[in-house]
Amino acid sequence: MMQFMLLFSRQGKLRLQKWYVPLSDKEKKKITRELVQTVLARKPKMCSFLEWRDLKIVYKRYASLYFCCATEGQDNELITLEIIHRYVELLDKYFGSVCELDIIFNFEKAYFILDEFLLGGEAQETSKKNVLKAIEQADLLQENIDFQTSLFAAPS
Amino acid sequence: MSPSVPLQEMIRAIRSARTQCEERGVIQRECAAIRAQFRQNDNGSRSHNLAKLLYVHMLGYPAHFGQMECVRMIASPRYSEKRVGYLGAMMLLDEKQDASLLITNSIKNDLSHSNQYIQSLALCTLACMGSAEMCRDLAPEIDRLLRSANSYIKKKAALCAVHIVRKVQDLGELFVSAARSLLSEKNHGVLHGAVVLITELCERNPETLERFRKTVPDLVQIMKGLVISGYSPDHDVAGVSDPFLQVRILRLLRVLGRNNETASDAMNDLLAQVATNTDSTKTVGNAVLYETVLTVLDIKSESGLRVLAVNILGRFLLNNDRNIRYIAMTSLQKIVVTDHNAVQRHRGTIVDCLKDQDASVKRRALELSLALVSASNIRSMMKELLVFLSSCPLELKAQAASGIFIAAERYAPSQRWHIDTILHVLTTAGGDVRDETVPNLIQLITNTSELHCYTVHKLYRALLEDISQQSLVQVACWCIGEYGDLLLRGECQETEPVQVTEDDVLDALETVLQSHMSSPATRGFALTATMKLSTRISDNVDRIRSIVSIYGSCIDLELQQRAVEYNALFKKYDHMRAAVLERMPVIQRNSSGQNSEDEELVLAQQPVCDLLDLLSGPQEPLQPSLAPAQPISTTTALMLDRFYIWTQKGFILEHNLDSGLLATLTASNSSDSDISSFTLQAAVPKVRLSVFVSELEQIMRNIKDGSIGVDGLSLNLFLILKYEITGINREGASTPNSLFLSFFKSGHDVLHLRSFIF
Repeated sequence: MMQFMLLFSRQGKLRLQKWYVPLSDKEKKKITRELVQTVLARKPKMCSFLEWRDLKIVYKRYASLYFCCATEGQDNELITLEIIHRYVELLDKYFGSVCELDIIFNFEKAYFILDEFLLGGEAQETSKKNVLKAIEQADLLQENIDFQTSLFAAPS
Repeated sequence: MSPSVPLQEMIRAIRSARTQCEERGVIQRECAAIRAQFRQNDNGSRSHNLAKLLYVHMLGYPAHFGQMECVRMIASPRYSEKRVGYLGAMMLLDEKQDASLLITNSIKNDLSHSNQYIQSLALCTLACMGSAEMCRDLAPEIDRLLRSANSYIKKKAALCAVHIVRKVQDLGELFVSAARSLLSEKNHGVLHGAVVLITELCERNPETLERFRKTVPDLVQIMKGLVISGYSPDHDVAGVSDPFLQVRILRLLRVLGRNNETASDAMNDLLAQVATNTDSTKTVGNAVLYETVLTVLDIKSESGLRVLAVNILGRFLLNNDRNIRYIAMTSLQKIVVTDHNAVQRHRGTIVDCLKDQDASVKRRALELSLALVSASNIRSMMKELLVFLSSCPLELKAQAASGIFIAAERYAPSQRWHIDTILHVLTTAGGDVRDETVPNLIQLITNTSELHCYTVHKLYRALLEDISQQSLVQVACWCIGEYGDLLLRGECQETEPVQVTEDDVLDALETVLQSHMSSPATRGFALTATMKLSTRISDNVDRIRSIVSIYGSCIDLELQQRAVEYNALFKKYDHMRAAVLERMPVIQRNSSGQNSEDEELVLAQQPVCDLLDLLSGPQEPLQPSLAPAQPISTTTALMLDRFYIWTQKGFILEHNLDSGLLATLTASNSSDSDISSFTLQAAVPKVRLSVFVSELEQIMRNIKDGSIGVDGLSLNLFLILKYEITGINREGASTPNSLFLSFFKSGHDVLHLRSFIF
């Protein structure tokens, strides 16, 4: 199971954090700080896996963003890399050639996409098409309801 | 999709702030506005406000005042508000907050909503941050959803159930039947969720594991379908059909096949097929192969399959991708004990990885290399390890040094080689070795009497070159003090002798004494060595006397005490000086408390039987200082019927196996003093005992009806011994995994008992 996923920039700014284990805000901040420091200190050619506390950290850099996942002892590191890659592909398809700014200005969408792909720290849907379809439908639902509400809103 | 303009404007404003202070200002203003709007219950832009707050929270600013707003938004009938509300709940609320309980009712209602996207929000939130109480409350709902007709909901409910089981293990029972029926689904998402759920249930409950073993044929069928089937555009990743699902099924098969012959047999063919057919040019194929290898090595696979698996790991070792090499070494580490020869075949590649740039790869390579050292390859391996030691990163130096020492001790082809190796380590990494290295080395040198001359020459030369490595300097000083006469004699068989005068030697020692690089302990060594030389040299005794008297007023208390005592030795007790400073006798190996008279206990590989340690408590895992921190090597097990477990000055604890199934421990005391307060405790691991009893009954039944079953089983025995003799309390405890009682079937009808010691 994935315990948490962090997205951060080369300067160490957090762009997304998804936690699947209960931790206090203080603990989360501490973990984030330490892990970001550790990962940023790695040289470019180094291994994508490292052991940190009792977790296996799998990270990959896409352009200016680091995608970093913390998995448990039994988890397959190579498939976690594939999970990260799949998430990037989903973002890319949704935003059309995604870049860091897309994730900054539309962070809630990034979360919604993540929540359609992973659930409770595990992959819930293995077909890219199905994930994107679900997001599309949910977005439509949001728009329709908003549209309807605005149409039928009582005149103020 | 309509962009949340207010949100994006705020983000822009924050980002354009040039200093931290400016940013804080913007955020404070925004938060104040948000707080005000929360109070107003403004209908139009509630979700925008909460989204803004969540952004601020991600930057690290406090956002707890948004918690109640999340609760309110979740209860709203509007989808857009629910969506952001649930997102906020997952970010701001966790089970430790009281507010999280308030959303339980909303979640419950939303789980039965007519719109699947709203149901999905509730499921997602529950699986992300559901507390134990929430899980208990909502488990029946989740079970109902597991049986719904909607695949979209079913797959999410499955993972929700996984979370519930992780939080409250007992609730697992509830989901067993639903999980079973989910295996016949065609939808990959549902299948994936089902497999994860079943894996979780089986790992936590052995009875559930038994029940699900019957599903192995179904799982094999599903896997076959994935591996053999043609291209499926929906699930294909670089030529592999749904690798995520494949990996999870393989992992479940591992859990089901572990320790079970029948289940393992049923999956043998499939595993071979996956191992040979999966394309290993891309990472995704390697991910599946990796999981396959892990499964093969963990279940009771046939030897051909195991060889195949190890070969895959060997191929991984040669892969250009560093990640794959790292994975391979991690896996090889797990099997280096059980499949030692297979791993030995790849020794060359592993040793090459010592030179890799990546520190994690280096660490793995070091651990594996140390595990692969054996009597036949010790010389070549040691060369590589010593090269590694001179250039390895700091954090690995201590581990490498101690690993080298252990390997050298176990497999040294000659004494001289051993001493040379240790000296080499001390010169390259002397600052990183552990403290007990110095006494161990001294003991080794003392006991190698034929090499005293050689050793002292080498150490003297090393001392002249460099006095910064404390361990080296300490040993060198000690040697010069002990064997200074050999040094001065100017002749040596093993190495070229150095022409030194007494003054040269005393100069060297004084340099150490006065250098700021020397630690207090080192200076103590140097002072004592100087003193010892007073009986081994003839001309410069006065110089020694003056050195010693100078240190009589040294600030360092230890040095001062020594100097004063040595001074006294010169003045009042000169007649005793020669006797006091005599050559040291051969030192007994006391790291494991065994006397060397017990020949019966001398095992093939280890010089002493470290079954019981002298003064450590039962809780500590006992490791004599140079024992390897590695899994037990099966090569050092000895099967004995009669052996001494403990001997100490006439007190003996003996283990005896009669011809029957009885192991007897006998304690006897042949010393002059009495033994009192004698207690002996024997224990077996509780978990193991119930399994052991049922397995033993099974073997008895097999013997009775002549069927073939397990051949034998063993029980790890722990002993704790305490007694009092001549007023001193003695106690000892056996090292973990050192004594096993094993029952064997011989032929099909006789049961034997044997003891194994490691």
